[in-house]
This record gives sequence, C-alpha cells and structure tokens, in this order.
Amino acid sequence: MSVRTVSQLQKGEKAVIRSFTDRVMSLKLLEMGCVPGCEVRLDAVAPLGDPICINVGGCYSLSLRLNEASTIEIE
Amino acid sequence: MKQENIKIALVGNPNAGKSTLFNALTGLRQKTGNFPGVTVEKKSGTFRLAGSNGSSDRDVTVVDLPGTYSVYPKSADEGVVMDILANPKHPDYPAAVVVVVDASNLQRNLLLFTEISDLGIPTILALNMLDVAASMKLTVNAVQLAMQLNVPVVKINARTSEGIPNLQQAIRQVVEQTEKPEQKYFYVPKGNEPALIEEVKELHKLDNDYVALQYVCQHDNFSFLAQPVRAKLDSLIEKYEFDETGFLADETIARYKTIKPIVEKSVKSEGATEQPLWTRKLDKILLHPLWGYVTFALILMVIFQAIFAWASYPMDWLDENTASFISWVKEVLPKGVLNDLITDGVLAGIGGVIIFIPQIAILFGLVSVLEESGYMARVMVIMDKVMRRFGLNGRSVVPLISGVACAVPAIMTTRSISSRHERLLTILVTPIMSCSARLPIYSILIALIIPSTKVFGIFNMQGLVLFGLYFLGLAGALASAWILSLFIKRTEPGYFMLEMPTYKVPRWGHVGFMMYDSVKSFVLEAGKVILAISIVLWVLSSYGPGDHMEVAEQQAVSAMPQAPEEEVAAAVASARLESSYAGNFGRFIEPVIRPLGYDWKIGIALLASFAAREVFVGTMATIYSISGDSEDVLTVKERLVKEKNDHGGPMYTPAVCYSLLIFYVFAMMCMSTIAVVYRETHGWKWPLIQLGYLMVLAYVSAFSVYQLMS
Ligand SMILES: Nc1nc2c(ncn2[C@@H]2O[C@H](COP(=O)(O)OP(=O)(O)OP(=O)(O)O)[C@@H](O)[C@H]2O)c(=O)[nH]1
Ligand SMILES: [Mg+2]
Repeated sequence: MSVRTVSQLQKGEKAVIRSFTDRVMSLKLLEMGCVPGCEVRLDAVAPLGDPICINVGGCYSLSLRLNEASTIEIE
Repeated sequence: MKQENIKIALVGNPNAGKSTLFNALTGLRQKTGNFPGVTVEKKSGTFRLAGSNGSSDRDVTVVDLPGTYSVYPKSADEGVVMDILANPKHPDYPAAVVVVVDASNLQRNLLLFTEISDLGIPTILALNMLDVAASMKLTVNAVQLAMQLNVPVVKINARTSEGIPNLQQAIRQVVEQTEKPEQKYFYVPKGNEPALIEEVKELHKLDNDYVALQYVCQHDNFSFLAQPVRAKLDSLIEKYEFDETGFLADETIARYKTIKPIVEKSVKSEGATEQPLWTRKLDKILLHPLWGYVTFALILMVIFQAIFAWASYPMDWLDENTASFISWVKEVLPKGVLNDLITDGVLAGIGGVIIFIPQIAILFGLVSVLEESGYMARVMVIMDKVMRRFGLNGRSVVPLISGVACAVPAIMTTRSISSRHERLLTILVTPIMSCSARLPIYSILIALIIPSTKVFGIFNMQGLVLFGLYFLGLAGALASAWILSLFIKRTEPGYFMLEMPTYKVPRWGHVGFMMYDSVKSFVLEAGKVILAISIVLWVLSSYGPGDHMEVAEQQAVSAMPQAPEEEVAAAVASARLESSYAGNFGRFIEPVIRPLGYDWKIGIALLASFAAREVFVGTMATIYSISGDSEDVLTVKERLVKEKNDHGGPMYTPAVCYSLLIFYVFAMMCMSTIAVVYRETHGWKWPLIQLGYLMVLAYVSAFSVYQLMS
C-alpha cells in the first residue's frame, strides 16, 4: 500500500505525521507545529470540500488546503 | 543621572495577545481581533515604569509588532519583525523583548521564543491565554519553565490586565541588569555552519552566532543591508555550499527536539487535551457543509437589516433635528452673507452627513463583533475555495469584509497575504466593496425610489435593495479579480494555512470603542473635508464671473411676470446658481454625464465627491439649499424630492437614481484610498491603473442602466 497523506484522512480519523514531500511547504508546516511524530486528526471539511481543518497534537486547529495536506505523509 | 527612554518590543505568534497586552500596558487602543494577522505594522506607545529601591521612575516605549511563527517571514507584515531585531542600529531596536506566548499551545509558541532568545536580545516570557489553557485542562508551571529556559516567566492575562505589575517588574529587572548573562544558544550549528558563521561575524563585526546566520539566510529581506553586502553574502553561501531550505528544516526540527522535554516538564494535562468544548460545538455548525453557508448568509442579512431598519429610528430623529437646528440658526443670526455661508454652506453640508452616524456606528460595531469572536477565521475557511476561483485567497476575505467599513485599513490588512500576486489582486478590488462612505448616498437615493414595504413579513424592501447594492459590489470585486488575474502573471503558487483561534466572547468595551472611534473619525475626517468643500462650494456658487449672475436674475424675473412671488424667488435662485462659477463647472462637464442622466447640479456634486464620497450628499444639500427659496429649511430628502428637471418633471426619477447608485458602487472616488494603494504597492502604476479601470467600469455600468431604464 502506498503512503497515505493527511488529505486522505476520513473525518475524525487520527494519524501520526511521518514526513513531508515538499521541502518548501514543510518549512511552513513545521513552523505551524506539524512536526514528525505529532498526532493529527481531521476535524472538519469546508463546505466545498477544501480546505480542511486538522487538529494538531490536541492543541489547536489548523486549516489548510488539500494541496498542502497532501504533502504531509502519515502512518 | 539622566535616564534615557527604554525601548521594549512585543513579539509572538499571531493572535497570542500582543496588541491586547500593548493596550493593557500603554492604555492605548490599538486594534485587536481574534484571528491571526490583525496587526500588520509596528505601533509604539509609552508607559511609566515605577521606580523601586530608590531609583526613579522611567518611561518605557513599547513597540507592538505583527505576529509571526518564526524569525523567517512569510509575508510582508512579518518582515517588519526581523528588520528591527536583526539590526541594532534600528531606531526601534529594543533593550528587551517580551515574547508573548499562547499557553494553550506552548510547544509551537516556544519555537519563536528560542529563536528570539538566540538573537542575543534580553527576553522575558509572558505566558498569556492561561484561561484558555485551563479550559483545555492544561496547567503550566511557570517556575519550572523559567528554570528550564533560563528567563523570567510571567503569567498574565492580557484581556483582564492580570499580572501586568509583575510583568513591569520583570521588565525593570531585565533592563536594569548591568552585566549581560552569557549567551546560551538553543540551536547549535552543525557541519560547516560554524565556519560560515565565523566568517560572517568577522565581516560584519557581529558578536552573535544566530544573528550572523540570519544575515546568511535573510539578507535579501533586510532593508538595512546594501546591495554589495548582499552579493558578498551570496558568494559566501556558495563557498560553504550552504543549503538554505535544508538548513531551515533541520534547525526547526532540532529546536522542537530541545523544546519537547521542556514542555513535558512544565505543562501538566489531565487526560487528552482537546480544544475548548464551545469551540468544538460551534465549529460543528459554522463549518458544516450546509449550515456553514446558511449561518453566514443569515449573519449578513442581520447586518443589513440592522443598518437599514434599526438605524432608521435614530436617523430620522437626527434628520429632523438638524433641519430645525439649521432653521433656528438662520433666524437667530443676523441676515446677510455670513448667515447664508453658515447655514446654506457649512451647516447644510455637515448636516447632510451627520444623520448617517447611527449607520456607521452599527456597521463598525458588527464588523468588530465578527472579528473579536473568532468567526472571521471561519469565514476565511469556508470562502477560500470560492476566492481561489477568482484568483484570490481565503485571507482576502478580511480585506473584503472590512472594506465594507473603510477601504483604507482594509487595504493595509492585505499585508498578511503571503502571495504577492494574490495580495495585489486583493488590493486592486477591495475598493469595489461598498464602504461606509457610500452608505449616505445609497440610503438617500434608496429612500427616494423604494417604498419601505415589508417583504415576507420580516425584511424591509429598502434593506433588500441595499443588500443588492452590496452584493453588486462583491460580485464586481470578484469578477474584476478574475479579469485582472488574466493580465497579471502569477509568480508563485499561493497557499492557505490558517490557525483557527478558539471562539471568544467579544469584549463589549472594545466593540463600543470601535464604534465610538469610527464615528469620531467619520465626523472629524468627513467633517473637515466637507467644511472646506462646502465653503469653497458656497463661494463658487454664490459668485459668478462678471455680471452674469445679475443678468441671469433679471432674465428669470422678466420671463415669468405673472408667477407667484415664491416661484419667482426659486427661479431666480436657480438661475443665479447656474451662472455662478460652480454652475459653470457643472455646465462644463454636463455633456460627459448627460448620457448617465445627470444634470449640471449633480455634476458639481460629482466633481466635489472626488475628494471623498461622503461629500456627495453634503454637496447636494448645499447646492439645493442655495438654489432653493431660502425661507424654510428642508431635510435633504425633501429637497431631492422637490428638485425638477429641465422639462419640469421630477429630477430624481428611478432611472437617474439607479444610474447614480450604480455609478457609486464602482467609482473609485476617494483620495485616501488612492494614497494607501500608492503606499502599499510602492508606486503610481497600480493606483492609476485601478483608478482608470474603476472609472470606466462605473461610467459604462451607469450608462447602461440609465439607457435601459429611460
Ligand atoms: N481568553 C483570553 N483571550 C485573550 C487573552 N489575551 C488576548 N485575548 C484575546 O485574543 C485575541 C487576540 O488578541 P490580539 O491582541 O489581537 O492578538 P495579537 O497577538 O496582537 O494578534 P496579531 O496582531 O494578529 O498578531 C483577542 O480577541 C483578545 O481579546 C487572554 O489572556 N485570554
Ligand atoms: Mg496584534
């Protein structure tokens, strides 16, 4: 099975961040607290299916586009 | 001993509460709001630091800075922070930095803290949002944290001003310590970074490793570095084969590794942490695929209802009272030129806009509630995809919504949009959103042509038409963005990443202050312009070239020998106005505006309103009170109803009114907006393109409407 990314999460599903596929995007995500090893959960999907809101480490809610979410690999 | 002014800076993640703390410290009223990216430029204020142990009081200058997630800026507003902190020669370079952190999300907030601390500026950690942390069942041990980080840690609540004296105490101790403690870095450079750092330190006479690293990574952003210096740094980067992106990722991960055990030791949580219950519940509805949009639409409806229906009571009251006040002044003052100037010129002009105070206050109050509650961030999320279709970004929602109040601050908030392309588009279309200065024009014209009947039992017809005009503005803005995006090439891909704040109850005092402040600046700013313009206008309309006015008067009298005195008086006044200087101006541009259905009187008001739109109604009031028979003072609306066109029919037919409404929806008639676009885009190119584009759009739309309707 190929590696899943945050953009493929189901609503309410939890996963742990493993790595990033895009170097530039990973910088922004890291600064926003999405660190490898951190748990994320898909909380909400905006009415038109994009962007999505993920809960990062139980601390806070981050909204990002599917495009960006697909650069975060999970396990 | 002379005590110089101490400078401190407030730094922290977006929405951590820096501006709220700034207000608590200085007593000023810097704008706050519950979403990331409210503050987009530095703001200074002062407070007095009480002396202790016999030393005297000192004045402290506090600089409030835009929020940022790291020292590496991602958008125009964030750049300000490092431009100051990496440059000890900067006039705002602080003696100490207060890093404001959101205690409910300590790990991520500490990332920035460790970076700032590594820059070698004395720091103090202000633990804010402890109440939010508590509602997430988190407790932070400040003593433990202070020991781990080796800095003073102060618990505060910026919203209620708790802990402010302790913070001041800590500031005092830090700025007064005589010897600088030895620098302990949170990040230790690896590989050939140390060699590179040494060379940069040598070259620029720096004593801090991390500042040197910033020179390497960010020299293109530092406005204080000259071009040759930047080129030299580029060559060093090549020499040491420094890979910037790789380094930044490694650095950030290394920092989190250092931070993690510190957070584990100092934060206790009972069970799994979750966002506060209320935030989770509200988001279920407000981000719901269906209810999300429904509630958004309802909220907008309520706003329009409020602006139109609720505001009408105080407005009617004001309208009548200004009219009777003016007639009272007219009677009390001795008759003559001065009386006419004051009553027909100044008071008529100012009275014309004063009645809109309730609407302005309600509008600003409601926008401020949206911002303070945290709902604005949700609107950005549910609108992002729609915005993207038009070449904009979810973040463009903030300028577009606050553009409904005023385009000038709205255009400044675009600084938090990281993509230059999306930011430029947003700047170009924000002035199409109907700002509060258009409200007077809309209200008066709508009141003339739309009956105040109820639709579906609840909505006022006039309110619905107003809604339609705002909607037209929004649609025009989006369509224009789309058209412009075809011409302006995109240079980098846009992205959208937004921290969702927890919902907070708006602070009513703050909302009240926003209302008060907007009314004050509306009355003062608009008042100043209107005062000046109405005086000029009055002079220009009361005097004419040579004896033209007298000739016109005699002609008018002899043209209607049998008419009643009243009508003659009105005709005379009108004829005099027409041959005055102002009348000549109006006549001069009449051929251009005729196709839109306007006569020369409207032309005068149109010209005057180039300074600011709200002048339009005031000018109309002035013109019509000069041209009307001068005995009784009418409200502005009554004057417009009475106005006749060349064929003796009413001047303000629906076609003319709609044409004017549409014209003002699109026209960019505001000097301040042009000035702010010039400032934000660094040149005349974009403001001129924008002005031209919007004028053509306004003219063509008004022309089509008038021709179709008449
Ligand atoms: N519950 C709670 N709310 C707070 C506290 N401090 C500030 N706030 C609220 O947090 C929100 C954000 O405050 P601001 O002061 O605008 O934040 P900022 O750090 O200046 O944000 P930016 O300018 O966007 O970087 C406001 O709605 C404040 O009322 C606090 O200690 N507790
Ligand atoms: Mg702020």
